[in-house]
Formats: sequence, C-alpha cells, structure tokens
Amino acid sequence: MLSDNPRPGGALISGRPMSILSREEENDDNYMVISSEESSSYPDSELELGLALSLGGGGKGKSKPPAAAAEAAAGGVYWERYARILTAEDFRSVVSTKAPSSSSSSSSSTVTKANNNSTNGCCGTKRTAESPTSPPGRSPISQVVGWPPVRTYRMNSLANAKSPITEDFFSATDKCKSNNVITSLDNKTNNGGIVTDNSTANEKVFVKKSLFVKVNMDGIPIGRKVDLNAHSCYQTLARSLDEMFRPSVSLLAKRSSVEETLRLLDGLSEFVLTYEDKDGDWMLVGDVPWQLFLISVRRLRIMKKTEANGLGPGSHEKNRRQLTVHI
Amino acid sequence: MCLFRDMMSYFPEEVLEHVFDFLTSHRDRNAVSLVCKSWYSLERFSREKVFIGNCYAVNPERLIARFPRVRSLTLKGKPHFADFNLVPHDWGGDVYPWIEAMTKNGINLEELRLKRMLVSDESLELLAKSFPNFKSLVLVSCEGFTTDGLAAIASNCRFLRELDLQENEVDDRKGHWLSCFPDSCTSLVSLNFACLKGEVNVAALERLVARCHNLRSLRVNHAVPLEALQKILVKAPQINDLGTGSFVHDPDSETSKKMKNTLENCKSVRSLSGFLDVNPHCLPAVYPICTDLTSLNLSYAPGIYSNELIKLICHCKKLERLWILDTIGDKGLGAVASTCKELQELRVFPSDLYGADNAAAVTEEGLVSISAGCPKLNSLLYFCQQMTNAALITVAKNCPNFIRFRLCTLNPVIPDAVTNLPLDEGFGAIVQSCKGLKRLSVSGRLTDQVFLYIGMYAEQLEMLSIAFAGDSDKGMLYVLNGCKKLKKLEIRDSPFGNAALLSDMGKYETMRSLWMSSCEVTYGACKTLAEKMPTLNVEIINEGEDQVEASSSPDARHRVEKMYLYRTLVGPRRDAPDFVWTL
Repeated sequence: MLSDNPRPGGALISGRPMSILSREEENDDNYMVISSEESSSYPDSELELGLALSLGGGGKGKSKPPAAAAEAAAGGVYWERYARILTAEDFRSVVSTKAPSSSSSSSSSTVTKANNNSTNGCCGTKRTAESPTSPPGRSPISQVVGWPPVRTYRMNSLANAKSPITEDFFSATDKCKSNNVITSLDNKTNNGGIVTDNSTANEKVFVKKSLFVKVNMDGIPIGRKVDLNAHSCYQTLARSLDEMFRPSVSLLAKRSSVEETLRLLDGLSEFVLTYEDKDGDWMLVGDVPWQLFLISVRRLRIMKKTEANGLGPGSHEKNRRQLTVHI
Repeated sequence: MCLFRDMMSYFPEEVLEHVFDFLTSHRDRNAVSLVCKSWYSLERFSREKVFIGNCYAVNPERLIARFPRVRSLTLKGKPHFADFNLVPHDWGGDVYPWIEAMTKNGINLEELRLKRMLVSDESLELLAKSFPNFKSLVLVSCEGFTTDGLAAIASNCRFLRELDLQENEVDDRKGHWLSCFPDSCTSLVSLNFACLKGEVNVAALERLVARCHNLRSLRVNHAVPLEALQKILVKAPQINDLGTGSFVHDPDSETSKKMKNTLENCKSVRSLSGFLDVNPHCLPAVYPICTDLTSLNLSYAPGIYSNELIKLICHCKKLERLWILDTIGDKGLGAVASTCKELQELRVFPSDLYGADNAAAVTEEGLVSISAGCPKLNSLLYFCQQMTNAALITVAKNCPNFIRFRLCTLNPVIPDAVTNLPLDEGFGAIVQSCKGLKRLSVSGRLTDQVFLYIGMYAEQLEMLSIAFAGDSDKGMLYVLNGCKKLKKLEIRDSPFGNAALLSDMGKYETMRSLWMSSCEVTYGACKTLAEKMPTLNVEIINEGEDQVEASSSPDARHRVEKMYLYRTLVGPRRDAPDFVWTL
C-alpha cells in the first residue's frame, strides 16, 4: 500500500530502523549490540533501544534513552556519544553562521536548501530532522547509513578492537594478579609494569566502547547487564557481579546480609560463573585470556555449582598462562 | 593502410598469438579483438585471463562460449555501495552458477578472483573438487562462506599456490581448516587469512609454512600470537609480505628479543601489515625490516598512538604505500612527509567512528604536508575532520599526478573550515591539475559548481562517487555530458532527479553502471528509461520504509529509494530476489 507521503518521517535509516551500521541478522559481532540475536527478542532490550533513533519521537516508538545507561555504574561510554553525522539542525547552524557576502547567491541557495531539506528531506537523514530532540550543542542520537563510507568489515574490526595495550593495562592486570594476560613465560615480567613512556601521558586516552552483556543468576528472576569493557580482568568483573547480585541473594535467602562474597571464580562457593560464547556453548569463565573472552562472550550466567556439571569444576584452574590453542 | 593490412595477414596465426601473449591488460586484449574478425577469433582462443567488472553484464554461458580456454576469471558482484550497507545481503552476485557452468564445460580453471560476491561453502566445495589444476583463490569483501568451505579448498586443491582472503565476513565453524592442508601440499606461495575471526591450529600452520619453501606472503589472524609467529618466521626467512596477528607481549621478554632477531633475518620483507592487537612497546622489534619496506598497513591497529607511529615510520624511508588510521594526526603526517619521499599511495582511515569531536582526527593540514613532502603521491583515500579550499588548491599544485583522489569528510556536508564556503573550488583545482585522474570521491559542502568543474576538466575520469552534494539536476548533467570516459557513477542523497537521469539515456550504454539512492528520481522515470533502453537492466531495490506491496504497481511519481542500472548483454537477471525489481 502506497502511503501518501512518499517519505515517511520518523525512522531514519531506510529499511533498517533499528540497526545502525551492522547486520543484525547474522553478524554476531555487531559492534554495539553485543548480545546475540536472541536478546533482541527480549522486551526490554535496552541496548537496541538506546541505539534506535530517537529523533522526532517517531521511529518505532521505543525511543526513551536507555535505562541501562544509568544503570551502567561501571561507567561505560556515555550513551549520547554516537556517530552523529548530520541532521538539518547541523545544516542550519552551519549555514547560518557567518555566511560570506561575496557568494551571496550560493549561500542563499544553501540556506534555502537547508530549509527545504527539513521539509522535503531529499537526503536520507534529513527526514528525521523535523524535531531533533537533543539540546543544542549536544550530539543528537542519529546516524546515517553508510557514512563515513567504511567497509563493514573494517567497522566491525574497529568496534571490536581493544583499547591500546599500554603500560596501564599491564599494571592493572598485575593488580588483578591473574595470569589471563598474555605474559611471557619467562621470569622477566617486572611487577611494576612497563616503564612509562612519558609521551603517552599527553596522548588522548582511547575510550573503549561499552560492551554490555546480560547476566542472569540462577534463582533470581531479574537479570542485570554489565559492561565488560569497564573491566580489564576477571577479578574486577567478579567483584562487580558480586556487588550486583549479593543484595538479591541475601533477599532470596531471607538473610539480612550475605557476609561472604559469592566467590565466583575460585570454584569453592556454591556458584560458578559461566558464559555463552558465540557458538552457543556454555563455558566456564576464566579459562581463556581476558581479551579472547571479550571477543567470544555473548552473555553471562551465574550457575549453581550443581547445575554446572558438564563444564567441569576444575577446568578454570588450569594454567592460564597458556593461550588456548585447539589442536 | 591497405599495405599494412595485407602485411599483417601474412603472419601465421601462431605469430599473432605470440604477439598477443604480450598483451596482459584486458583492455588491450579487448581492443585487439575489435580490429577484425580474424583477430577477434584468434584473440578469443588464446585468452586465458578474463575480467568481468559486473557479473550480470554477461552470463557464464557466454563467457565459456567466447573464451573456451579461460584459466583465470575475475568477477565483481555487488555495487560498490554494498560495502557500506546500502545493498541488502541477498541482492545477488552468487558465484555458484559460474563455477557450475565452468565445471560442466570442462574449463581448466586455475585462478578465481572475486569481489563483493556471494560465495557459499557449496561453491567452494564444487570449486575445490572440479578443477584439478586450481592454483589461486582471491576473495575480497565477499560473504556467505564458512571455514568449512576453506577446509574443502585446503583438502582438495593439490597445487594451491594462493589463498588470499581480504576483508571477508567468514563464519567460523571451529573446524580445523588449516590442518586440512595435506602433508603433500608444498606449493603455497601466498596465504592470507587475516580476516578470520576464529582460532587456528598454530602447530599445523607452523608445519605448513615449514614445508612450503616458496611461501612469499603470509598474513595471519589475531589468533596467532607473537610467540607462534616468531617460530613460524624462523621457518620462512624468505618471506616478502608479512601480516602479523596479535603483536602483544612483554617487550623485555625473551620472546620479544627472539622476534627482533628473527625479523632481522627476514631480509626480503617489503610489505608489512596486521598488528590486529598490539602492544606499542613491542613495535621496535620490527624496526629491522622497516628500512626496505615499501608497503605498510597499520589501519587495523588502533592501539598505536601517534608518537609511536612516528617513531616507526621514521625508519621507513622507502615507503611507497601507507595505510594508517587518523590517530596518526596531522603531526604524524608531517613526519611521514619528511620521511617517505617515495610515497605513492596514502590511505588514512577513521579510527573513532562514534564521536563527533575526535581530537585525534586529521585535518587539511596533514594533507597539505603530505602533498608538499611526497611529490610522487598518486593515490589518496583521506578521511578527515575538516577541509579547506585553500588546502585542496595547494595539494593540487603540489601533486598533479593523482590517479585516485578520494576525500571523505566525517561530516559529509561540512563546508570550508575557514571560509565556510562550499568546497567546490578545492575539488575544481584537483580535477583541473590532475589530468590523469581516474577515480574521484567528493564530500563536504558542494554545489552544482563542483560538477561543472568535473565535467569540464576530468577528462580521464572513470569512477565518480557523490554523496550529499549538488543543488539541482544541472550538477549530474554536467558530469554526464562532460566526462567522456565515465564508467561508474554512484550517487547518494543528492537532489538529482528525472531530468538528469533521462537527458542522455545512451550514455549509460558507455558506462558499466549507475547507482542512485535517496535522490529525486521517480518510479515513472526509471520505467521510461528501462523501456527505451533494452540493453540496460534498471533495477529498483524495494525494501524497508519504502516498501511497496508486490501486487500493486507503484505510482509513477513515487520516489525511488535505490536504483541500480547497468549495461548488459543478457537481459534481466533471473536470480533477482523479491525485493529487486528489474523494470
């Protein structure tokens, strides 16, 4: 059925109101939507909503800013920092400021164009520009399909790329005192981390993108989400999860407080921490180096030890120095 | 004239064939085949390498009929904008019918190079089992296959020389495809699996490299750690082109020292890439090979700060090709300009695709420095935060040799950063100065004026990419009327409409293809064009917001969201999915 208005407003991206620059059908490595396809069927998939175009209040109607952002106490990247490329708002600000008098014809035509564009929207993005919801000066949450013109493969690679492994990384993992980093097998690792190169202090710190995954715990009906990129090793992750779930555990157990931590990683408590990898298998957390874990994890589950038989209670204690190499 | 013709006919065919052997460019061979019937006939039986720029312009049957001795086939499938998610995945470009047809007709295929095609595991299996002399598979920006398909290739292609996977989306099936190379396989010259996401059997890789003494090019993926790569390189000191995997280690460790020593031994390395995961402090290990390096690709390594990049590049005085991220900054580009005097090709990719205010991005300053320091520059892809006309004019003066000039401002409609004017004059200077320009991508605030310049000056232009530019149909008309050698025109989000589309319909027969999306062309105009030009396939991609029910016929005034038209010898394609309408 043909609509009267050949250019429906609201949704920004032709054909793909939800996805931004990724292929949600098959690509597990969607750079923003880290959880797998199943999660998109969850009613409160805030991850997708956060990415949905909230311009104009149209789209699919679920355009509230994600509550997960507030919840992400782990402090991921601010949700507003998306690749805003352009809206008519931009055109107006660009054109209206200091329009040079020497080329009055071109400037007036551009002004006209900007104004026209907000109504007839000849460019893909301008359709949504009717009522940009973001405050002036702030980057509105909008996106242009295919701009900047970078191959999907490269986009995904960048999105999955880790922050630079500087000396901070090494010292942080030293603090974690875990061996899940690719350390050398000889004795020369210095405990204090690598000697700092002062030049790096002046460099802009590369901000990691958020890597939110769902976490469910057996016996607790409501799941949580955790930003994996806010952590650099398993220990801090476990601590964070512990903080998240302990109140619920104590509630369930009808105790006033739970004294001990959940001790998710040491195999001695009644719970184990597991994750679903991109092949759909459930694995014990802690076996592979942290970076490798980040690449393959889809979601987490805190399982009762009794349930985790198939995963092998001792497997996470095997030597973490070695990279997992399948022979 | 007459005399010449008679003289040529005295040459026996074998001699002519031998002469034709020296013609390697497919354009030359195409030209030769047009001279006369006997040359046509001679040429087609002796042609071994065929290049098909649009897989739907011909079909497998015609290929085989005309070139029965074809050994090497290059095919391109989806339109270029498919790289940027503008084309649905199942649009087409399936290679299977081609492989099937060649199998059935006894073609002795040795080499297959595909770009933006759909490649299934079935295709790869059929390929592997059907052509006993198969030697070379190059897949660029393809999808549809998994590591199972690669396993089939590895297992069956006994004389495989080249397996080159560039930027493909490959599903990892956890099989051990690398282990599928039999022990008898010693013929590998080039192995590139950098784009694979999964684990590989590192021990098998080591053994494979050890027995392939002719290996010249090896590009591994992130799953191959530094220690493993070091051991592998010990077995392959003759290597020419190296792509590292993960380059992370404690720089003071034994392993890092060993790596440095091993690399010192690899005296033939001329091309370096990878660093998919990198500890910048490990980079000094590669300094030994930097001196003779001609090609360096660090565009997948966001973890290297500008200063470290500069330190590395200062060692690379012979660099001819550099692919880098904009984390290098203008200052870094200045260092490149002072060091790399032989530079011919530069690509600066955006590192931060999500922030609007990226302090590390490059600006017009970096480009100007490069142009001043590298006079041999002829190929550019530059993603930048901002640009100015003055800078472009300077660049045009410094580098008149551009063959490819692609500029992408991160904000596609940003005007001159200083004067706030459109960037028309800047690009105008480029096309006026660079008489050999074959490929151009424009961006930034642009009016019809820039297209007037392009039409006037870009006489050799073959491919033009336009986005968010122009004011009216005149812009597109300037280009269509002016650029006589235009082969590919792709336009998105620009106000070009029916008048421009229909003004010179015959023009499209001289071109490979035209893409227009989010422009002002209507269904009616597309239909008219399709009716008047039976040698063109005019396809409408009908999906998403714009979707029209198949049963109803859209209004002629309905604006078309995505149109792709191309010349063809074989009429509408039969494999078009539901959402693609060939008018």
